[in-house]
Amino acid sequence: MARKRPPSRLWSLAGLALLLVLWEAGHRIWGPLVLPGLAETGVTLWHMIAEGRVAPALAQTAGNAGMGWVLGAATAMIAGTLAGLRPEAQRALQPVAVVLLGIPAIAWVVLALLWFGGRWAVVFTVAVATGPLVFAAAVAGVHSLDGGLVRMARAFRVPLGARLAHMHLPHMLGHVFPALATTLAMSWKVSVMAELLAGAGGIGDGLATARAHVDTAAMMAWVLVVVAVLVAVDLALLQPLQRRMVHWRDDGRGVGT
Amino acid sequence: MTEPLRLDGVDFAHDGRPVLRGLDLSLPAGTITALMGPSGCGKSTLIALAAGLLTPDAGRVARRCARLGIVFQDPALLPWKTALGNVGFALRGLGLGRAERRARARAMLDAVGLGPGDAGKYPRQLSGGMRQRVALARALAVAPDLLLCDEAFSALDAPVRAKLWQLLHELRARTGLTILFVTHDQDEAMEHADRLAIMAPGRIEQTASVDACISAFTSRMNAPVS
Repeated sequence: MARKRPPSRLWSLAGLALLLVLWEAGHRIWGPLVLPGLAETGVTLWHMIAEGRVAPALAQTAGNAGMGWVLGAATAMIAGTLAGLRPEAQRALQPVAVVLLGIPAIAWVVLALLWFGGRWAVVFTVAVATGPLVFAAAVAGVHSLDGGLVRMARAFRVPLGARLAHMHLPHMLGHVFPALATTLAMSWKVSVMAELLAGAGGIGDGLATARAHVDTAAMMAWVLVVVAVLVAVDLALLQPLQRRMVHWRDDGRGVGT
Repeated sequence: MTEPLRLDGVDFAHDGRPVLRGLDLSLPAGTITALMGPSGCGKSTLIALAAGLLTPDAGRVARRCARLGIVFQDPALLPWKTALGNVGFALRGLGLGRAERRARARAMLDAVGLGPGDAGKYPRQLSGGMRQRVALARALAVAPDLLLCDEAFSALDAPVRAKLWQLLHELRARTGLTILFVTHDQDEAMEHADRLAIMAPGRIEQTASVDACISAFTSRMNAPVS
């Protein structure tokens, strides 16, 4: 059966164009204080870059988000693998994950500010907000490994290291990757929110300053920076990685026969 | 004569339901034994016990083999590895270097009729029969002295099946390979096995050489009708 061709990329451009048109229309209806125009936002962003405000803020937010995400994801992967392998561990850890998932990120920010303050409040909030999602994916990843493959590896006496590297890990990644990608994007948003409340530098701090000055154009410029980073990470890192990881699948995402 | 595999008085229950009861079976070295019986009588359980994948509740399973090869009913291929990678995966248990693993895997895939073009394909790109051949290549690549096959050839057409049996007979002649294979095909059992082990639910009902079975059958056919 012939595979259906994916829709043209022009549709994506059309969607973006529609968003920009609505933005500009909103600006004309409500004025620059509520919603600055495209040109004004662009110029403000250019000035911010030229004044050297964007790069350090970007680096700081990337550091906070990245560190929190790595800590949260690594802990969740270990705990999820353990819970997937041992029913006792799952019984113990599953309720903890559910409780953590139920706590809003904003509550974590407030608590983390009291406990740690500054940058570490941001890192902690990102880790605790992203970890439970990765944990759930890791548990599902371990559980869904075909028992026939495990028996095969045992029958051929494949060493534990080779089993982990060539059987468990590739299988786990297939399940955990979507959660890792989602939480990577989430880590940026949580980081910006925590920075805004903590005043710990970064893009969130830039947003807080712009709000204090009622500088809506600067606020929109910072938002554009965050969106641009997320789009760039998705296009340059996540999509190629995903294509590389699923090329063996038979669900329509893999290679053709 | 040594026995690469011997099961004595083996009991095995699954979720409290007895599957095997007091099962005895021995395989003399270098023989090919066909294991036959109705569906659900415990053939696959016997194979899993023989491979050490299950532990008997009672009795003893003695394996005296250096290397075990096994072909499951389901090929059990890693979907993220190519045919070559799947065969190479089993060779990791032998502690071989990468180059030697690849060379052996390539040679064995070639022996089962899968050329270089197929070696680089993922399981989803192979037909059911080709996957079974990859599974057989994987089992043979470890150079086993005991080979267990659970309906390994059921998905293959007759010419391919004949070619693979020829390969197994050649290997047996060269290395003294002992084979236990599960089949529902009486013709296949009679043509390729030296011995037949007939299972009733939970136990071996009868073990006999194929020659003895044919003689018994012939004398029964030639007996005067009373």
